[in-house]
Amino acid sequence: MVDVRDVHYAVPGGREIFSGLDVKVRRGRITAIMGPSGAGKTTLLRLITAQISAARGQVLVFGRDLASLAHAEIYQLRKRMGMLFQNGALLTDMDVFENVAFPVREHTDLPEALVRLLVLTKLQAVGLRGAFALSPGELSGGMARRVALARAIVMDPEVLIYDEPFVGLDPISLGVILRLIKQMNRVLGITSIIVSHDVRELASVADDSYLLSGGRIAATGTPAELRASDSPAVRQFMTGSAEGPVPFHYPAPDYATQLFAADES
Amino acid sequence: MSGTRPSLLSEGVRRLGSTTLFLAGLIIQCVPALARPRLVINQIYNAGARSLVIIMLSGLFVGMVLGLQGYDLLRRFGSEEALGTAAALGLLRELAPVITALLFAGRAGTALTSEIGLMRATDQLTAMEIMAVDPVRYVAAPRFLGGVIAMPLLAAIFSVIGLFGAQMIGVQLMGVDKGVFWSQTQSSVGLHDVSEGLIKSVVFGIACSLIAVHEGYNATPTAEGVGLATTRTVVASSVVTLLLDYVMTAEFL
Repeated sequence: MVDVRDVHYAVPGGREIFSGLDVKVRRGRITAIMGPSGAGKTTLLRLITAQISAARGQVLVFGRDLASLAHAEIYQLRKRMGMLFQNGALLTDMDVFENVAFPVREHTDLPEALVRLLVLTKLQAVGLRGAFALSPGELSGGMARRVALARAIVMDPEVLIYDEPFVGLDPISLGVILRLIKQMNRVLGITSIIVSHDVRELASVADDSYLLSGGRIAATGTPAELRASDSPAVRQFMTGSAEGPVPFHYPAPDYATQLFAADES
Repeated sequence: MSGTRPSLLSEGVRRLGSTTLFLAGLIIQCVPALARPRLVINQIYNAGARSLVIIMLSGLFVGMVLGLQGYDLLRRFGSEEALGTAAALGLLRELAPVITALLFAGRAGTALTSEIGLMRATDQLTAMEIMAVDPVRYVAAPRFLGGVIAMPLLAAIFSVIGLFGAQMIGVQLMGVDKGVFWSQTQSSVGLHDVSEGLIKSVVFGIACSLIAVHEGYNATPTAEGVGLATTRTVVASSVVTLLLDYVMTAEFL
């Protein structure tokens, strides 16, 4: 479905994010992309959705190399994807109903009765049919994310991408989102890519997982396999330990030298 | 000092280039945007109707000042009856388009920039791209068109109210004959004077709306970035308006 092959990418400032990244997302499965903050998880999503392009290597989506596609073809491809943003990214000048209806109105000429039917069934699926007239400002974080999920699935995408879906949710909203992610995958057969650093939540939904570290894949396998890994870096991440190959301290000069240097000046 | 000069120059050139490219993309997207008149009409309402009060108030006061100053000046030459002509020509050709553009930059331009900048900062523009909806077509083009259409209308209203203000001071307060005021105005103001003002306000509309939309669209997605973009909109719109005004005035005379 999505195939990232030997991708190299550096931010315009020069820092290299990926050096030979390989990720394969298989049809009908939930694939988790994990990694510490700053490992390039969101950059990977931007590569897959063709917001940025790789310096070297290939990104294939639905079997097509993104680098070879024209602007219009990329837009055609995006119609088959859905994406859930961390903050929901709902359009603030429309109410909940219009937000979910937005892609339908933009891409089809369906009669109003059908649009209404589509939107209400998707809102029902995320449990927010009753909130159709609210404005995005009136929604809680968890509700906004569910409305955004309804909007992401309203065009029945083949691939659904979740960007940090668990961040900042209370336990109940978290449970609801987890259940919805499973439901979307099992019931609608949507291939899912979840980018997150919440190991425990991912372990309960993911079929495959990748651990990103230092610009490449540090480990891959099912969540259970990752937990059983002997690699110190993988163990450190999976157990959330401060001690390990990933240092707690940002690179800095010697502690004592820096303290006394400040004194002298 | 010498080290900052090339970077300032190259930054200026870069900005001009990026704005020009943005304008080209915008013009291409204006055609499909016009196919959805509802979006454009909403923006004409936002940029135009919501600026009406400030435009009308300013027009009235500018006209009144013009009445006072014009009367005082013309009286020295014993030609108070030319007050109508002076006020009408000054308003139509110069003051209405320029002051409307400056007020537009402050009222509607800043609103456009901060709105689009915040949409950028909250991922709304990216979300549209992912939903295969071009944000230049859906967000930028209707706002640009709304500004371009609203500006000449606002300038026309400014002229009318300004002329009314000048008449109020000249005729009611200073005692210029009403019939002379209007007949002088009618006989000396030609279609070319009206069209000069109209062309200016359309050009200012294009410049101010382009700057506002471009700054918002390319704002750094942070609170500070949106604030900075809003400031740049006012500064750039004002300077460009006055510069273009000089160029066009020199061309028309």
